[in-house]
Amino acid sequence: MNIIEPILFFSALGLGAGVLLAAASKIFNVKTDERVEKLTSALPGINCGACGFSGCEGYANAIAKDGAALNLCKTGGAQTLAEISEIMGVEAAAAVPEKAVVRCSGDCEAAGVKYDFEGVKSCAAAEIYYSGYKKCTSGCLGLGDCIKVCPQGAISIKDGIAVVDECKCVGCGICLRECPNGLIALRPVTNKVDYLCMSKNTAKDTVAACKNGCIGCRQCERVCPERAVKVENNHAELDYSKCISCGKCAEVCKRGVISMHICTHYPPLAEKAKHNA
Amino acid sequence: MKEMIMILIGASIINNVVLSQFMGICAFLGTSKQLKNSVGMGLAVVFVMTFATLVTYPVYILLDKIDATYLKTVAFILVIALFVQLAEMAIKRFIPPLYKALGVYLPLITTNCAVLGAAITNVDRQYTLAKSLVNSVGTGLGFTLALVLFAGVRYRLESSDIPETFKGVPATLVAAAIVSLSFMGFAGIV
Repeated sequence: MNIIEPILFFSALGLGAGVLLAAASKIFNVKTDERVEKLTSALPGINCGACGFSGCEGYANAIAKDGAALNLCKTGGAQTLAEISEIMGVEAAAAVPEKAVVRCSGDCEAAGVKYDFEGVKSCAAAEIYYSGYKKCTSGCLGLGDCIKVCPQGAISIKDGIAVVDECKCVGCGICLRECPNGLIALRPVTNKVDYLCMSKNTAKDTVAACKNGCIGCRQCERVCPERAVKVENNHAELDYSKCISCGKCAEVCKRGVISMHICTHYPPLAEKAKHNA
Repeated sequence: MKEMIMILIGASIINNVVLSQFMGICAFLGTSKQLKNSVGMGLAVVFVMTFATLVTYPVYILLDKIDATYLKTVAFILVIALFVQLAEMAIKRFIPPLYKALGVYLPLITTNCAVLGAAITNVDRQYTLAKSLVNSVGTGLGFTLALVLFAGVRYRLESSDIPETFKGVPATLVAAAIVSLSFMGFAGIV
């Protein structure tokens, strides 16, 4: 069998194709924005999608081409914002990083149970049957819908309720959408006080359902010097923009709903990235 | 002339690559979600098929001369890859939204068996260059037709009430089967 000729033939064919492609790549050259590359490397790269774009590269493109807002990356927080601002040549607006918090303290011991739930292990599924298996209709069901979506693995179930590990949480806010009771919220890290009940039930029902539930006694409302706490829908709510973390409300709360959050360490992002890797 | 028209109709409708011969299913299912994208994809395939045929025809003659027709698959794929690259560059340069929408399916035309199928059909049936071109254009148009038709079907599918378990891929495949059935009606016309 002749081998030389096919080899020569394919070499020529390949060479021809190569030359043609090289010429074409010159003709059809697309100028890419070099900022996109820089922006992509400045973003955290976990593609959580919390900014509303298709991953970090999508967001980088949106910033460079469509002029999207610079502060949408909650995961990266202040450091990323500073880097992005530098690349885009604008002054960085100060942003306080936020962490997710599950606003329910009705653990196995505190909260009563209506019935034994043996369905699909999903809060959304349990919620369908009489607003969940707990006596409290707005408590954390602890079946982990939020755990499934957390890109950082920061949420775990402790004593039947979801708990966020603040050191792992990057504040992307994806879990907020998953909770059927809307118990998860983002809290600025500078804020030390938090209320841990979202019960909309009356005081009588709440007392019957959960030892740790807010009964709306308004003690906190009275002592707050900044008027940051308000009892609405039968439970205390805190306005983070007014709260000065004095802790007076936590002192007077008989039910332990309002508590001081003391997370001592917020590792800087660079260190955290190493830790996660 | 009559024969040319017969080849064109035969390639595009009666022996439709996707719906009668099961070639290029991957791109067919992947890019028929939206009418606009399916037209773009179809035209890209027509382009690649036509120009690839223009080159594969002399390539096959040369291969025949050096007695190496057993290498036709390799040679054809090389030529097809070349034109896919060219098409990709051109689309990226001139129609960026389409480039983004087609995504991975654009380079996948290289391994789209519909394109290689057309090239090999041409040499198998020993068509002349003109007939080969007509066959390739016909095959490409048939591919476009299938994509456009199916994009319409999928558009309706999106808004229809489908049982939960059927949603997504199963419903799409069943719909594809029914569209394919309808094309069986053309069998034996030419």
